[in-house]
Amino acid sequence: MNSRKSKRKKLALRFVLKRYSRIFLNTLWNDNPICRMVLGICSTLAVTNRLANAVAMGLGVTFAMAVSSVSISLIRNLVPRRVRMIVYMIVISTAVILVDRYLKAYFPEISEAMGPYVGLIITNCIIMGRAESYASVNKPMASFIDALGAGAGYTFALLVIATVRELLGFGSIFNIKVLGPDWTSWVIMIMAPGAFLVLGVFIWVIRSIQKSYDATP
Amino acid sequence: MNLFVIFFATLFTHNIALTYFLGMCPFISVSRSIKTALGMGLAVVFVMTVTAAINWPIYYKILVPLEVEFLYYVLFIITIAALVQFVEMVTERFLPVLQVTLGVFLPLITVNCAILGVSLFMVLRKYSYLESVVFAFGSGVGWTIAIIAMSGIRSKLLFADIPEALKGPGITMIIASIMALAFMGFAGMVGI
Repeated sequence: MNSRKSKRKKLALRFVLKRYSRIFLNTLWNDNPICRMVLGICSTLAVTNRLANAVAMGLGVTFAMAVSSVSISLIRNLVPRRVRMIVYMIVISTAVILVDRYLKAYFPEISEAMGPYVGLIITNCIIMGRAESYASVNKPMASFIDALGAGAGYTFALLVIATVRELLGFGSIFNIKVLGPDWTSWVIMIMAPGAFLVLGVFIWVIRSIQKSYDATP
Repeated sequence: MNLFVIFFATLFTHNIALTYFLGMCPFISVSRSIKTALGMGLAVVFVMTVTAAINWPIYYKILVPLEVEFLYYVLFIITIAALVQFVEMVTERFLPVLQVTLGVFLPLITVNCAILGVSLFMVLRKYSYLESVVFAFGSGVGWTIAIIAMSGIRSKLLFADIPEALKGPGITMIIASIMALAFMGFAGMVGI
């Protein structure tokens, strides 16, 4: 009797885990925020000149998204549809204030380097997109996993782009010189054109792997 | 600082789309035709200028005296969202012609990071009131120039043979890269 109960429990647990990992992987890879949905591009371009900034931005966005997705999911049945945008915005900006204060207190030089882009996490369309399309119609736990997946997908893209740009632009990784003293830095890589170019090529590569194409140019 | 210098810098040397990467999501999704790009641009210029004009007094006359500057994210975003909602209602009621052209773009503007970005830069660079308004207006016009140029180039791409996976956002990014290179030619003309 008892063993059957525990068996059923185990099965249920396995089912739940499977479901959550599917949600996670779906937003991480199939619907990758950068490559598939093409959201949150501003911060992707702006902070990827150094890996340290990219890590901070990735974690900051993931945290803000997890907090706001869960909160929005909890209040999803209380908010009238007409004012939902403003409510979401207030929830998100509250989460971002936490990130901003934390960075200012413990990592002042990263906060300095990112400048206004920390505040711009508020208008990072990934967070709003997940809130609108997922958290507003799903349960808190699923929304939390979904937010983590989107955050991981975003951070993954940021890390790849930042690695290429910092390596070519400074000859270093995490501020440690790896290409030797003779390396001539490709200054263009750390400036605006390099950011656009690397992101364009990144989208190209990922979409070639996924074999998912846009119909129009 | 000279107002004209700020205006010129926001148009060319410090273009908000091509050097600060702000407003990229609509820059990619709304730049398929020149007409929609122009509509979006006009909406952005308007909302950007007005929000900067409202946010400056909120920051310097309310938040700074009360020493609660850290709340500025929430207040700025409320201003923007409320203004967008307000403009939407006014155009719906009194200017139905404008509603047809701007209507679809207005909800998108709340999450256009360029709008919030301008207000944040205004605080970060400690602009005076007049400088802030000129800066916001110039940034809006600069953004509009960039998106119209982009949509012009993209409408030519219909006849180009682009690799499948590069279609859409991929090629747009690479065009933006070349446009940013071209805009770097203006660098050094004025400082900000």
